[in-house]
Amino acid sequence: MGRKEDNIKKASLLIKKPEFIRNIGTAAHIDHGKTTFSDNLIAGAGMMSDELSGKQRLLDFDEQEQARGITINAANASMVHTYKGHDYLINLIDTPGHVDFGGDVTRAMRALDGAFILACAVEGVMPQTETVIRQAMKERVKPLLFINKVDRLINELQVTPEAMMEKFTKIITEFNKRVNALLPAPLNKEWQVKVENGTVAFGSAYHNWAISVPYMKKSGISFKDAFDYCAQGKQKELAKKSPLHEVLLDMAITHIQNPLDAQKVRIPVIWKGDENSELGKQMLNCDPDGDVTLMVNKIIMDPHAGEVAIGRLFSGTVTRGQTLWVSGMPNPQRVQTVAMSVGADRIPVTECCAGNIVAISGLKDAIAGSTVSTIRDMEPFEKITHYSEPVVTKAVEAKHMKDLPKLVEVLRSVAKADPSLNIEINNETGEHLLSGMGELHLEITEYRIVNEQGIEIVSSPPIVVYQESVKGHAGPFEGKSPNKHNKFYIEVEPMPQAVLDAIKAGDISTTGKIKDPKAVARQLVELGMDKEVAKGLVAFKDNNMFLDCSKGVQNLFETMELCKQAFEEAMSKGPLAGEKVAAVMVKLMDAKLHEDTIHRGPAQVIPAVRSGIYGAMCQAGRILREPVQKVFINVPQDNMGDAVREVQSRRGIIEDMGQDGPNAIVAATVPVADMFGFASAIRGATQGRALWSTENSGFVPVPNELQPNVVKEIRNRKGLNPEPYDAGYYSA
Amino acid sequence: MNARSGLVFVGLGLSGVDGMTVKALRALKDCDEIFAEFYTSTLIGTDVSELEDALGKKIKVLHRLQVEEDDEIIRQAKESRVAFITAGDTMAATTHVDLKIQAAEEGIPVEVVHGVSIFSACPTALGLQPYKFGRTVTLPFLEENYHPRSPYDNLLDNKSRGLHSMVLLDIRADEMRYMTAHQALEWLLEAEKKWKGGLLQDDTLVCVAARLGATDEMIAAGYPKDILELDLGEPLHTLVIPGNLHFMESFALVRFANAPEEIIEDE
Repeated sequence: MGRKEDNIKKASLLIKKPEFIRNIGTAAHIDHGKTTFSDNLIAGAGMMSDELSGKQRLLDFDEQEQARGITINAANASMVHTYKGHDYLINLIDTPGHVDFGGDVTRAMRALDGAFILACAVEGVMPQTETVIRQAMKERVKPLLFINKVDRLINELQVTPEAMMEKFTKIITEFNKRVNALLPAPLNKEWQVKVENGTVAFGSAYHNWAISVPYMKKSGISFKDAFDYCAQGKQKELAKKSPLHEVLLDMAITHIQNPLDAQKVRIPVIWKGDENSELGKQMLNCDPDGDVTLMVNKIIMDPHAGEVAIGRLFSGTVTRGQTLWVSGMPNPQRVQTVAMSVGADRIPVTECCAGNIVAISGLKDAIAGSTVSTIRDMEPFEKITHYSEPVVTKAVEAKHMKDLPKLVEVLRSVAKADPSLNIEINNETGEHLLSGMGELHLEITEYRIVNEQGIEIVSSPPIVVYQESVKGHAGPFEGKSPNKHNKFYIEVEPMPQAVLDAIKAGDISTTGKIKDPKAVARQLVELGMDKEVAKGLVAFKDNNMFLDCSKGVQNLFETMELCKQAFEEAMSKGPLAGEKVAAVMVKLMDAKLHEDTIHRGPAQVIPAVRSGIYGAMCQAGRILREPVQKVFINVPQDNMGDAVREVQSRRGIIEDMGQDGPNAIVAATVPVADMFGFASAIRGATQGRALWSTENSGFVPVPNELQPNVVKEIRNRKGLNPEPYDAGYYSA
Repeated sequence: MNARSGLVFVGLGLSGVDGMTVKALRALKDCDEIFAEFYTSTLIGTDVSELEDALGKKIKVLHRLQVEEDDEIIRQAKESRVAFITAGDTMAATTHVDLKIQAAEEGIPVEVVHGVSIFSACPTALGLQPYKFGRTVTLPFLEENYHPRSPYDNLLDNKSRGLHSMVLLDIRADEMRYMTAHQALEWLLEAEKKWKGGLLQDDTLVCVAARLGATDEMIAAGYPKDILELDLGEPLHTLVIPGNLHFMESFALVRFANAPEEIIEDE
């Protein structure tokens, strides 16, 4: 039996012993070496050959990933490691570092109890390192720090051992500062990483070595020794004496809690149900005999098995043939296969118990982020909040007529697997809209549609997603129904910042029907809203809110659903350019209705309320907001001028300039609209010597002097009248 | 504006070319331009071309958006003598007073030629006294976000005061959908199940008037179950839920609408 097979056999025994399971992930800023690192661990554990690791990128098994050299999906693999005479099962998830795929990272964290956070020794804590720390802390995933690419520090930058230690101290301090700020006491102190206790390790994933204080005692290799091995070009030898997988897997087993202990910390944060209920206790105790509770963190498309849901099992045991319910869906689902993942392979098992990460086929209604249970109406896990919203759209259509229906189907399943994609199906024109986190995100999605699903498509150049909002307060504005027999009086104003923050933080859910309007109203009052106003809460649409502030209007209650529908329509297509509206509070102040139902039906009420909202928005001052990205460039001093010029020619604002050894660091904010083609431009401008990364950074108003032209462009593209209508138009 | 400027609202009555008054016919013959709308009600027993032949003039049929959102009628009425025609009476169930106000505000001379309206024809065909009717309600086709309860409540309110209720039924001329008396009864039975106000019981008398004014007009009165089994023919239909009956009304319903004799004994 080969080592891999042997390990699979061991693993299938270990899945029944949660105390010997560790669920851990890798996360980092792009290019800090996560996937090389993960491959290394898997190879070390005997799941692939030692020689290939660091080069093959086993976890980047998507063709696209291998070609681009980046990880796109959170990939998972299980492995076995022996520590102090016991076998342990390590379930590893490698998450993508590219900013376009941030949604995947947040979902992966939900499945984990610990995370190796990698920081490049040269670059240190970068913006995305901060983001992943934030994501991990929010999910109560315990962080371990691995400082990677130490060899570059020694060999390329030729630093002294003292300077190296200084650099490490700086990275660790930065890291702990973040942990401290993001956690409540006492966790904020307990989860700080320290060199002495072995929660920090150093090394080179590419060269397969690592060192940590506890392992030094075992191997006898000190910092000084490691430095010398590197400086003398003997890293292969170092890798034999202090292999990365040994050091890091020991570290995971010692410092990451097993699922039994971890779930006691995590369940109260990720599940808002009653902890003292039967189900609550089962989850806290990771009870294999309890009801099944599972959170799907990923859907993969298997050419044979179809859609496979991968997720963390918090309680119960999943078996083949079992009936499970996907939260919010009406139909029972039958488990067809249960498996564990090893790299690109899935090894079928007959059952899998609480504490594991499991792959299940047959859950047709599940999407990434779904709660799955044996209980039909289980209180779902906390919604996973995204830190970014779609900023780029492409229009796609099938190249061949025969593919028209299939494309719709494929787009739907692509959206299921990746909830950070936004899809608008238009069956009339056959031209569907695909929105995502960035140019790359959409390119990858297109690649999948063409190469994995075999549908040829034609797509438009990328288009920026704008938002519309208002400057100030206006109204009441009178919106009349077409038959002039009904009038609605509408006020609009910007949403209070505190409410926006609460929505962004996920404290107020804006999707689906409002379950307990009174509770949400109380929340709004706590955030500083007037009690009488908050009481009128009717609906949310994205981060906009609709409130009924009218008093005693007869028959209004039976038209309220129509008012709500009009509000939703108005918020998804603003009056300025037909873009989505954001951060607007809409209040219905009064209404005058016709006596007879026929004269106040949908055809009358919807246009009336919509005109009222649009008119009030015109009076309040309409603004267009555009997405911006933070751009970080690391470039040799000689090329700094070129990099800065490139950024400035794209309406970029330089926010910070600093030094990193011989290199300059430039941080800037640039509108997404001007970022298209940046990759090749910056390469050209700096002879390929710039390292750079981006991060979506929300929406800001388009400069006043540009707004009219941008509006005109959007309207032309959409085939609308080039000039937006004014308030007078909406009062007619 | 000139000497010919003007807008005359002409009600065509309930059915056929000959359902209109002599005054209406004269007024139309004297017009330069005729606009019609048939989305709030439909003229039964004839069509536009027959009407055009009878008048010797073209008629421009407008749909809802053209009436509600265009100002073509007003513009034309400033230049010439324009008629705006509907089935029934232009100012009754169809509620075009808004257009009249708008024209008057623009300084256009306005005039109304009344037509026979369902508001008078329906009670009188059944022999019910118009004095004893409460609020009229319309039953709309239910839609995803529109399930109004007020028709039911208003009917219940009328009944509790002993008043008759006339129930008009939704017309979607653009979709070729007309609510029938059977659909309306099912609407109300469903509502009764939901809200249980006691509006409609097995022994509640209901009346139907179908295609009033046409040669094949039909009226009927009976219990819900019986009415549901009756073939009432093509739309348009109107429903009446009587309140307390005067003896004269009971006699009329039994004699003309085939109501069960027991309603007389009940009196």
